[in-house]
Amino acid sequence: MTNLAIAANGLRKSYDDKVVLDGIDLAVPEGTVFALLGPNGAGKTTAVKILSTLITPDPGTGDIRIGGHDLATTPQSIRAAIGVTGQFSAVDGLITGTENMLLMADLHHLPRAEGRRTAAELLERFDLVEAANKPVSSYSGGMKRRLDIAMTLVGNPRIIFLDEPTTGLDPRSRHTMWAIIRELVADGVTVLLTTQYLEEADELADHIAVLNNGRIAAQGTAEQLKRIVPGGHVRLRFTDPAAYQRATDTLPHATTDDQALTLQIPNDGSQHQLRTLLDQLDTADIHADELTVHTPDLDDVFFALTSTDTSKETVR
Amino acid sequence: MSTLTLAARDSGTMLRRNLLHARRYPSLTLNLLLTPIMLLLLFVYIFGDVMSAGIAGGHADRAQYIAYIVPGILMMTIGSTVIGAAVSVATDMNEGLIARFRTMAIHRGSVIIGHVVGSVLQVLASLVLVGAVAVAIGFRSHDATALEWLAALGLLALFSLALTWIAVGMGMASPNAEAASNSAMPLILLPLISSAFIPTDTMPGWFRPIAEYQPFTPTIETLRGLLLGTGIGNNWWISILWCFGLSVLGYRWSTSLFNRDPK
Repeated sequence: MTNLAIAANGLRKSYDDKVVLDGIDLAVPEGTVFALLGPNGAGKTTAVKILSTLITPDPGTGDIRIGGHDLATTPQSIRAAIGVTGQFSAVDGLITGTENMLLMADLHHLPRAEGRRTAAELLERFDLVEAANKPVSSYSGGMKRRLDIAMTLVGNPRIIFLDEPTTGLDPRSRHTMWAIIRELVADGVTVLLTTQYLEEADELADHIAVLNNGRIAAQGTAEQLKRIVPGGHVRLRFTDPAAYQRATDTLPHATTDDQALTLQIPNDGSQHQLRTLLDQLDTADIHADELTVHTPDLDDVFFALTSTDTSKETVR
Repeated sequence: MSTLTLAARDSGTMLRRNLLHARRYPSLTLNLLLTPIMLLLLFVYIFGDVMSAGIAGGHADRAQYIAYIVPGILMMTIGSTVIGAAVSVATDMNEGLIARFRTMAIHRGSVIIGHVVGSVLQVLASLVLVGAVAVAIGFRSHDATALEWLAALGLLALFSLALTWIAVGMGMASPNAEAASNSAMPLILLPLISSAFIPTDTMPGWFRPIAEYQPFTPTIETLRGLLLGTGIGNNWWISILWCFGLSVLGYRWSTSLFNRDPK
C-alpha cells in the first residue's frame, strides 16, 4: 500500500450560515497529482486554505494528515513539508525577482551560498534570468505566476498545493505551467491542484474530485469519470426542414431538436457504428449539412454533475 | 533551532525586507516628513512673532520660540512617520505574500516584528533629519548634559515604539492602504491639540483637560525639561506609563488581528 501524502476526513467549513465545505474526504497518494475540479464558489480555495494550514477547519472535521503530520496539533511540521501557490500572486512586487527568491531562501534558513545557488537555479529553470533584477511589479501575469511557483519550490517541498495555477494565463503560459507541473511529479512530488478547466484536470491529474456546493459530486480517474455520463453521440445538423423531417423518420432513436434542426444519435464513434449510420443515411438519401462525432469528455461529466444549481453561486 | 533564534532570524529577514522597501521607495517616508518640517518653518517664520506672545510673559524672541516648539515638532515627526507603518502593514496584509508567509515554517510573529523594528528605525532616522533642520534654523539646548540627551533620545525611541504598535494595529484593522492612512490621521493631529505649539494654560478652560490628559503633552514637557531645563514634575513617569500602555495595547491588538483566520 502506498502512503498517503494528504488524507482528510469530513472536512467542514462554514462562514456564518453559508456552508462552504460540507464534509469532504480526500486521499492523495504520494507522488500523484490530484485535481479538485469545480465551478467558482464550489469551495476549492477554502479546501486548499485549510489543508495548507492557512485557515482552521470547523469543529466536527475529522482527522487531517498532511505528509503524515496531524493538522490540528502539528501545523508547523506540515508547513515545513509543503509549498503553497495561492490563487492570488504571492510575490513581493516592490523588490526584484532575485530578491524575492533570496527572501524565500532566508526564510527556509538556507546558508547564504546555498540560497544564492538555489535562487539562481530556479530563476534559470523558470526562464526568469533576464528579468531577475527588475522589480516584480513590472512582470507580466505569466512571469509573476512562474516566479510564484519558483518561490514555492525553494526548500524542496514534497507536497505542493496549487490553487488555480493557470487562471488568467494565456495558452502558451498555460502549457508552460503544465510542463512545470509534470516535471515536479516526475521528481516524486505530490501535487494537489484546483482548477475550473476540465482540460487541465484531464491533462495533469491522476485522480480528480468534482467539487460542487461544498460536496464531492464524484471522484475517480478521468476515464472513470467519463464513464459516469452516457456514451458518445453523432450530431447531424440540417438547414432544410424537409431533410430534417426525413432524417427523424429514418432514425427513430435520435434525440431531436426541432428549433435547431439537429439530431443526436447515440454512437460510440467506432468505425463500425459510424459506417452503419452513414449507410442508413445514404439508403434514405439524406444529406446532412454537418456531421460531428462527439465522444464523452470531462465537460459532459462536469455539466452532468454540477448542472443542478450553478446559478446559485454567491459572492464571497 | 530554538524558538528564540528562529524568532530573531526570521524577524531579521522580515526587517531586511521592510528596509529594502523603504530604501527602494523613500517617497512615502519623505512625504510624511514634510508635515513636521513645514509646520516647524511655518510656526517659526510666519506665526512665530504672534505665537511667542503667549510664552515667557510675552517677551520671547524667535530663538526662544524655536526652543519651545522643537520638542513638539520632534513628537509630531513620530506621529507622522508611523503613518507609514500603518500604510505598509495594510498594503502587506492585502497581498498574497502574507498568506505565503503563514503557510511557511517560520516564526509567526516575525512579520509584525519586522514591521515594528523597521518602523522604529525609520522614525529614528526621521528624527535625526528633523532635528538637523531644527539645529540649522537655530535650535540650541540649554546646557543639557550627555545623560539628559541620552534620556531624551530614549524617551523619543520609547514613544516611537508605542505609536508604531498602535499604527501597526491600525494597519491590520484597515481593509486597504487608504483606510489605514485615514485611521492613522489622529496620530498627527494629537500633537496639534497638545502643548506642542502653545502652553496648555493659554487654552480655553474646557479644552485644557483634552490637551493635558493625552500622551503627547507629558512627553513633550519631559523633553523640554531634559533639553531646555524647564520643570519636569511628574510628567516623566506619566509619559513612560503612556508609552508602556500604548505599546501593550497596540501589541495585543495587532497580534490578535494577525492571528485571526485570514478571509
